[in-house]
Amino acid sequence: MTQHSALIMKRTEPFDFYQPASLQEASRLLRENGPGGRFLAGGTDLVIAMKEKGLVPKYIVDLKRIAGLSGIREQGDGSITIGALTSMREIETSPLITKKYPFLSQSAAEVGSIQIRNRATVGGNMANATPSADVAPALIALDATAKIVGANGARTVPLEEFFRGPGQTVMSTDEILTELTISKTGPQLVGEYIKFSPREMMDLAYVGVAVAYNLGASDKKCESVRIVLGAVAPTPLRARRAEAALEGQVLTEVLAEKVAQIAAEEAKPISDVRSSADYRRAMVRAMTKRALLNAAVGPAQSWVERRERRY
Amino acid sequence: MNQRIRFTLNGRSVTREVATHRLLLDLLRDEIGVTGTKEGCGTGDCGACTVFLNGKPVNSCLVLSGELDGAEIVTIEGLKIGPELHPIQKTFLQDGGAQCGYCTPGMLMMSKALLDENPNPSEEEIRFALAGNLCRCTGYAKIVQAVQDAAAIMRSKTVP
Repeated sequence: MTQHSALIMKRTEPFDFYQPASLQEASRLLRENGPGGRFLAGGTDLVIAMKEKGLVPKYIVDLKRIAGLSGIREQGDGSITIGALTSMREIETSPLITKKYPFLSQSAAEVGSIQIRNRATVGGNMANATPSADVAPALIALDATAKIVGANGARTVPLEEFFRGPGQTVMSTDEILTELTISKTGPQLVGEYIKFSPREMMDLAYVGVAVAYNLGASDKKCESVRIVLGAVAPTPLRARRAEAALEGQVLTEVLAEKVAQIAAEEAKPISDVRSSADYRRAMVRAMTKRALLNAAVGPAQSWVERRERRY
Repeated sequence: MNQRIRFTLNGRSVTREVATHRLLLDLLRDEIGVTGTKEGCGTGDCGACTVFLNGKPVNSCLVLSGELDGAEIVTIEGLKIGPELHPIQKTFLQDGGAQCGYCTPGMLMMSKALLDENPNPSEEEIRFALAGNLCRCTGYAKIVQAVQDAAAIMRSKTVP
């Protein structure tokens, strides 16, 4: 490669392009065309992989012409379904989500820029299975389930069990994630998501921490505790021992510190270009403690407040 | 693979044969010849290529032409109101909101998106909205000022 050509911006290579109108058709296209195909949702991971990482799909199946895959709906039983093609920006700004699960909105608001969030979809983000994905820990803290549709019908798996490793999920190549569901929660649920990265925006999480628990109105005890860590293991990780240490207890600063220490021990971080494993572990401890305490105080009202109370 | 698609660009209907893997940015600049939209990073970090796709600001460097059938696209060329510059364009000029000017089309599109949603943004809200638009001259103070001044003008009169 000459120096000149190295300066030219990368471009995508030609591929066959399909826009099926139904899930069955989409799934069939993958089976019939064989290996080398990719589903396209918002494209904010796929197109970048094609430009930067030399990914050359043989064909692309765009899911955006399939009706019913996007939008946020409250069901009759009080559960909330989020279509896989719902954009991060919709999750960030949805009146329903901002009211019921402000920390889930927060986690979506941490992704890229508004331009990216207008395109990036929650389903694409889950299917891409980046360990640092911001929304995954928040959704797992809400016990979300993932609906997957393929040739052999539909199945539902807890999102916690959806991820298998970086870029790896339980889905086979012709399966499509169609919907995420959050079961009905009580009015005592509180939560917080903290993304720790040196830059306030346009950065990937060094560490992400989502916490959720039911805070007893009178006895102030924490029940159904969820502590989920991002970017410190091959998949989003529930810190179960830390959860157990808080379960049924009244949260104090001392206890938050102790629980956070356990979470840090449960994390399995690696050292990479962003951070050393030791630093990540130390940040899990600091951020878990703050997340637990912040959740009890209530949601931040602005991104500035969100930033300030991380530190 | 080629596909015949139809979309609107700055209010005008366009029908063309496109290569489905072509990026919206390249379709605009190299094929249609509408060059106000710029390429900075090519990977969705800098915002120089921001256009409106179906009413929402997006990075045109990450949109495939194959996705565009039926789409509505507005570029910086569509920001003017008749022969008049949009108030955002006027205040960027007035306040020195552009230095080298390369990020400016993206900054203007994103500022419009912000002011359409929030007619009276605080400085923090402006910085949040423009987080995905990088100015390598680092002229952010004047950009923020220009958005605030445009907001004041737009609040004082009705602008489409």
